[in-house]
Order: sequence, then C-alpha cells, then structure tokens
Amino acid sequence: MANVLVFAESHDGHVKPVTLEILGKLAGQTADVALIGDISADEVAKLAKNGAQNVHKLKGANLDKYSPEGYANALAEFIKSKNYDYVFGGATSMGKDLLPRLATKFDAGLASDVVNFTFDGGAFAGTRPLFAGKCLAKVELTGPKPHFVSIRPNALGMTASPTAGSGTATDVNANAGDIRATIKEIIKAASTKVDLTEANIIVTGGRAMKNAENFKILNELADVIGATVGASRAAVDSGFAPHAMQVGQTGKTVAPSLYIACGVSGAIQHLAGMRTSKVIVAINSDPDAPIFTKADYGIVGDLFQIVPVLTEEFKKLLGK
Amino acid sequence: MDFSLSTEQREIQELALKFARNEIIPHAQDYDEKGKFPEEIFKKAWELGLVNTCIPAEYGGTGFSAVDGVVISEALAYGCMGMNTSFMANDLALLPIVIGGSEEQKKKFLTPFTAGFRVASFCLTEPGNGSDAGGIKTQIKDGGDHWILNGEKMWITNAGYADLFVVYGTVDVNLKHKGISAIVVDPKAPGIELGKKEDKMGHRSSDTRGVRFNNVKVPKENMLGKPGDGWAIAMNTLDHSRPLVASSALGGAQRALDLSVKYAKERNQFGVPIAKHQAVQFMIAEMGMKVEAARLLVYKAAWMCDQGQKNTEIASYAKAFASDSCMQITTDAVQIYGGYGYSREYPVEKLMRDAKLIQIYEGTSQIQRLVMARELLK
Amino acid sequence: MNIFVCVKQVPDTETKITPTSDGSFIETASIKWIMNPYDEFAVEQALLVKQANPAANVTVVRVGSTKDTEALRTAMAMGADDAILVEAPDNLDSYSIAKALKGAIGKSGKTPDLILTGKQAIDDDALQVPQILAEMLKLPSVSVIVGFELQGNTAKVKREVEGGALEVYELATPCVLAANKGLNTPRYASLPGIMKAKKKPLTQLSLADVGVSDADRRVKYSGFKLPPEKPPGKKFDATDAAKQREVVAQVVGLLRTEAKVI
Repeated sequence: MANVLVFAESHDGHVKPVTLEILGKLAGQTADVALIGDISADEVAKLAKNGAQNVHKLKGANLDKYSPEGYANALAEFIKSKNYDYVFGGATSMGKDLLPRLATKFDAGLASDVVNFTFDGGAFAGTRPLFAGKCLAKVELTGPKPHFVSIRPNALGMTASPTAGSGTATDVNANAGDIRATIKEIIKAASTKVDLTEANIIVTGGRAMKNAENFKILNELADVIGATVGASRAAVDSGFAPHAMQVGQTGKTVAPSLYIACGVSGAIQHLAGMRTSKVIVAINSDPDAPIFTKADYGIVGDLFQIVPVLTEEFKKLLGK
Repeated sequence: MDFSLSTEQREIQELALKFARNEIIPHAQDYDEKGKFPEEIFKKAWELGLVNTCIPAEYGGTGFSAVDGVVISEALAYGCMGMNTSFMANDLALLPIVIGGSEEQKKKFLTPFTAGFRVASFCLTEPGNGSDAGGIKTQIKDGGDHWILNGEKMWITNAGYADLFVVYGTVDVNLKHKGISAIVVDPKAPGIELGKKEDKMGHRSSDTRGVRFNNVKVPKENMLGKPGDGWAIAMNTLDHSRPLVASSALGGAQRALDLSVKYAKERNQFGVPIAKHQAVQFMIAEMGMKVEAARLLVYKAAWMCDQGQKNTEIASYAKAFASDSCMQITTDAVQIYGGYGYSREYPVEKLMRDAKLIQIYEGTSQIQRLVMARELLK
Repeated sequence: MNIFVCVKQVPDTETKITPTSDGSFIETASIKWIMNPYDEFAVEQALLVKQANPAANVTVVRVGSTKDTEALRTAMAMGADDAILVEAPDNLDSYSIAKALKGAIGKSGKTPDLILTGKQAIDDDALQVPQILAEMLKLPSVSVIVGFELQGNTAKVKREVEGGALEVYELATPCVLAANKGLNTPRYASLPGIMKAKKKPLTQLSLADVGVSDADRRVKYSGFKLPPEKPPGKKFDATDAAKQREVVAQVVGLLRTEAKVI
C-alpha cells in the first residue's frame, strides 16, 4: 500500500473536481490531501467522502495567490516533513506549471497528463497519450521518492461509490520563501466564448435550422454548457450565419471534446472539418443522414423539439 | 549517380513548401475566384528570396543553380500554379538579361530586382504570332540616339504591374529570325498602352494583358547584344525556362496526387474507402508514376543547364511530359473526387483549369514535340 | 546579453505514428522531423529581443538524435547566432533533457540572461522541461506565455490559463520563459538565411559531456500502442414526442458517465 498525497488546487474555497477523481481512483492506498489556503467544512467532507484521510491546509504569508516558486516552496517544505511515496495533482494550468518544479526539488520524476493508472504492490503504473493522442504508452517512475503524477481532468471520472476516509482537517504553517515571479494582475478572458478552433464544446447548426433567428436555441444551449456556436456550409450559404462560424474544410477545422451537430446532414467537407472531435452528438430528423455514421450519440428527431429539452437537461446536470 | 537533393536544397524546398502551405494555399481559391493579382504574396515570397532565382550572386541574387530554381518553383506551384505563373514570369523576363546582357546592363537591370520588390514581363507573343515566334512583327527602328518601338504584344504576364519589360521585336521583318532583337523597355514610357486584363479559364490570379507600343522611344543602350541577337538569346532562354515552366506543372501534379490519395482514403462508398476499389487504385498508381517520371525529367533538364550541357531535347521532354501529365493527373483527381471534384468547394477543379495553360504557354505540347523530333532526327 | 533558446525536434504533425513491434517506442525511420512548433515562438521571441539589443547573442540548444539537425539549422537560418547539439536518444525523459540542457548551457561558457523554450513538445507532450530547467538553475520561470515585454532586466509576461484568462507576471532576468502560440508570429527562415546558417558554429556534445547518464532517467515509457478504434456510435429514436425527454436525459447522462466530456 502506498502513502499518497494529493495536491488539491482550490479556488475561492472550492477544490477542483479532478482532486475527487484522483481520490476515488486511489482507493486501497492511503491518501492525504494538501491544499493552499482554506476550504469550507463541506468541501473537506467532500474530500473525505472520496477517500481523503488527512486534509492539510497550508497557510502562510504570500500564498494568497499562485506563484510557481511560492507554492513549490511551501509544498516542498510540507512534503519533506512527511513520508509520502507519491504526490498526485491535476494536470490543470496550475498543476502543469507547478508540479515539474516541485518534483525537481526532490530530484524526482513526474509522470504527466496520466489518463489512467494502477498500483501493483504499491508501485504506480500509468497510461498516458503521446503524440497528440496518436498513441498510448505505459508510464512508470524511477529514482528518488516521492514520485509525482499529474492526472488529466475528466479522464478518470468520478468513482460511483468511493471508500470514505477520515477527513481530518489541520492547518499547517507554510513558508512561501523567496518569490521572484509574481502575479501583478489577472486579466479576465475578454469573451467567455472561445474561438471555434479552440473551443472545448461546439454546437453547430445546419440547413435544417431554417433561418438565422432559429440559431437562438443553439445559443441558449451553448450558454448553458459553455460552448461556441458554429454552422455548416449549407447554413452559411443560406445566409443563416456568417462565414466566420463555418465548420468544415473551407471553414474552420475543429477538434473539441464535445461536438453537437443540430440539423447537419454531414457532407464530406463538413465531416473533414470536425471528425477529430472527441465525442460527437448528432440530432437529425433523417435517420439515414451521413452525420450519424460519425456520431457517438445520435438522436433521431426534430431538432426544434429536442434542442430545448437538451438545454434543460444540461441545466439540471450542471446545477444551473 | 545520385538522385538526392543536397541538405541545403532540402531546406530550401522545406521553406518553399512551408510558404506554399501557409501563405499560398489558404488564399489561392479566393485570388482565383476574384482574379486578383497576388501582389502581397508575391512580395512576401520576394522577401524570403523565393523569386528571381535566376539572378546571379554578383547582382545581389542568392546564387542559385537551375536545380535550386526548379525545386523552389515546384514547391510554389504546389501552392498555386496560377500564382507561380506571376512569380515565374519575373525569371522568364530576367533570364534574357542574365543570358544576353552586358555587364553594365546586368548591373543596371538586375540589381533593382534584388534591392527591392519589382515585377517584370517578358513580351514575345503577338496577336498573329504565337508558336511561330520567328514571325514577330513588332518593329524596332533606329531613331538615331534611340530605338523606336511599334507593335502589339499579347498574353503578357504581369503586364499591369511590371516595372520592366523585355520586348522581342525585329529590326527588319524581311530578315526573319536574323532580324529579331531583344530590348529592355520601361513600362512607364510614353506610347505604351495596356489592354484590359484577360478573363481566363485558369491562372486567374496572374495578370495577363495585351500591350501596344506606339512610337515608344527606348534608349540605345537597352538592346541586349546587337540587332539580330534576339533569336539566339530567346533560344538560350528557353533551355533555361522550359525546366522552370515544367516544374510548375510538376508541383501542380504532385498536389493533385496528394489530394487524391488523402481523399481516396477518407471517402467511403459501398462501405469501404474508395482507395480500396481497384479502379481508384489504378488511377492513383498512374498519377504517382507520372509525377515521378516528370520529376526525373525536370530535374535532369535543370541539372544539364547547371552542367553547361545542351539540354534542348530533354527540356522539351520535361516541358511536354510534365504539363501533359499534369493535365491527366488533375483530370483524374477531379474524377476521384466525383461530384465534389466538380465543385468549387474543393481544390481539384482549379488544378484542372490551371493545368491546361501549362500545355499551352511557353511552347505548346505540340511545339515541344516538333523540337524533340528535330533534335532526334538531326 | 546571452539568450538561450531550447528547441526540440519532433515528428511533423501530419506524421502517422506507428509503435515499434516490441512497443518500446515508435518507428522513427520514415519520420519527417520538424522544429517543435511551440519552440518557433521561443526562437522568434529571442530574435525580437536581439533586434532591440543588437549586441545580444542567441544560442539554440537541442538535446536529441543526430539523424537530422533540422531544428537547429532552421533556428540559425531564422537568425540565431550559434547552436549546441547534445547527442541523445529521441526518447529521453524530461528530467534528463533538462539536466542535459543545463549542462550544455554551462559548457557554453556564457551566463544566460534569458532562456526561452516552447511550452511543450508535441511528441511526449510532457510540459515539464522549462520548469525543471528553471528549478535546476534556481531561476524563476513562467510557462505558457502569450505576451512578453523586456524593460532593462525586468520581463513583463502574460501567462495564459484556463478559459483564456491571463496572469500578468513581472520578474527579473535571468529567467526561463515557455512560449505558447499567440506570443508572436514566427518568421520564415529566408533563403539567404539558409545559406548563412551553414557557416554558423554548431557545437556537438555527448550526454557524458554534459554529465547525464542512465541514472538520471526518472520516467520510463513502455508498451507504446495505438489507441483503441472508436466503437460504432449509439443511435436513439426520439421521433415520438412522448419519449423525447427520456432519450435526451439518457444521452446527457452518457455524456457525463461514459463519454466524460461534460
């Protein structure tokens, strides 16, 4: 059995969900959590429910906002005071920046962006995609301990019925040490809508949208799930949407994790522009529409009835 | 014997292909549709040293060999045969100066093309004389301290944007070939009248016009060689320019092949990618074979230039074979794409339109065969 | 002013990746190698700094196989002054690479004022080397930068985080900065640049020269394989209005539990 620490990234008193995914998957190992700052008792309970034994809240001067050096110094000091075999964290923006630096303070290795793992007799073995997901490889760690692992968010998923831990919360006096790179300012994203080419979720309307006004129902769906709205060439040519919104060979090539095609028949040129999407949902009234050959989830039916229901169901799921 | 490119040639090819992918291909369709001269792209290509490859290092050029030149031209044509016509026209116009110009003329006319972005046109064809270049009627008359130019030229590439013309005319139409002379003309000179831009089937972005010369005064020192040297200069130029023009067809053919291979693997019919159907495989095999054969001819023709060997026969093989193959390959590419291939939404119909011109300009495929036969039967 | 740019040579993005038969790595024989695209932004930034400070010297450093020196030649053709190649296998782990880079920079005899890298290499996608190198050199670092200004020896950089928000950092040089797309528009290597690059010095070192051995390996990869084929999708009939909500709820549920995308 391995002694594991999970670094929990917290924002405004909430820990990122990837922490819970990691804890759930660590069932069978001893897992503590360390975080910087404070979280509510409810959040601690959530961690405990997913398997956290001790929850260490590191507090100290100059740790109110993230800095690679401050966080690494504080965590390194804490980890040195304990005896962990492994330190896990999420492969988030912060995790990707922080964990390599932290691991190097121990001259230790980091397996990054792991999507699945097992422990065999206390030894970690992970799986991770390489070459932009064109292949997978087994990843193992060697050299000085603790070993570090970062986990891709949403990859493990939540464990349905996790083994609970005691969830004993303690405050730890932490020392940020010398910080040379500090955040002076945070510029909020100008638009919550990211560009099609960078969007994580895309909702696209085809010719079946009938007119520009009807894109309203797609916008409503997009707002709920944080998606960017696109259009097929047929919809653009019919004047329902501007060319900037066009997905396809002569429009934009996109690769979101979720692509929802509404009333898109699936012309080859459209498929060429979106076929590398991770998950494709298609809604079309024609059961033989080519788009269904590429869809992971196809819904045969009238989009004007289905999209609003879809919006409601997503609202429920996301607690909005 | 060594068929490989040198490290630098591979790097040059890499750069030219990268330029084609990033700067030409994304815009080619739009320029074609609007028939817009690719001035910005031309300029960017010039900044990187991808055009005017024939200018020797002494006059500020990079000092490329003919093989380097065809490697670059092939890559740019891979992006767009039409745009490459504009780029290549500079070389076609400057080559007569490189070949037939005096030291002073080279310095005066070539250096500005390396010092700044400039466009040149080569004025040979006339309304009544295409393939029969020996029948040129444009008159170059001695006006005492200058030449007086009168006549009409047709299908002049880059004419509307040119900073320099190289014009072929005759000092005496009765002398036939022996009267032909080449002079460098300032396109801004009084008496020059440009026709309207031709509305063409392909190469729509290249600017093609008629040019009329009405008593245009040209300085005496602008004649390349002496009166009557023009024919020899033109023939020498062709030995250099034919591999270049052929490389343009080669680039277009390679693009059609690449697009066909990609599409054949993606497009499903009868439950399998069409690449699994033998009919499609045969077309693709034919394309590959022709592209490779064309490349060997084109590179050999250029290599002979670099070795100082007479390449007239091989250059004609290269020009005719590459352009005829390009026509066949782009036509088959449209066939493989099926209905989509016929649509402007897809890039292959443009390739087919562009291919046609290369069988026609710079010596038609039929003229090339006359040259071949003449060389073979000598 | 000494600027070091760390570059990696990676398979072209169009390359088909095939694992070796024993799964120990990928087939590299027919791969076309290119400079890691993120590293191009780092090279460009170094050249922009050099333009503003003509006395600056830009050294590109690469750890990798000698099969091809494409990345270093490209960087020098773009305008870098000299290059160092540490000969190493293509599947070295991040820790060893960072240690080799540190060693190579040390061997150059130049004290770095600025070290630029790409935010990640698109082969192993590890996103580790810049931060490890910074920690090894005891230098501050900022990764995923999309904005850069240098005033005297203060760098003002913008780091992109989730959702497109930007963290603005100020830090003194020397420091390590890892570039993201959007930082600048990398120039092309010009043809005269390619010709000039031939004459620029390229120092070749071995891993032993920079003090790296097998004992420095921290991450071991094995069992390279292609990802599983995508199974055929699921199709639901929702033409009957009465069943729509049930069907939609089921799909939404699957998107979370099975597809894990929401």
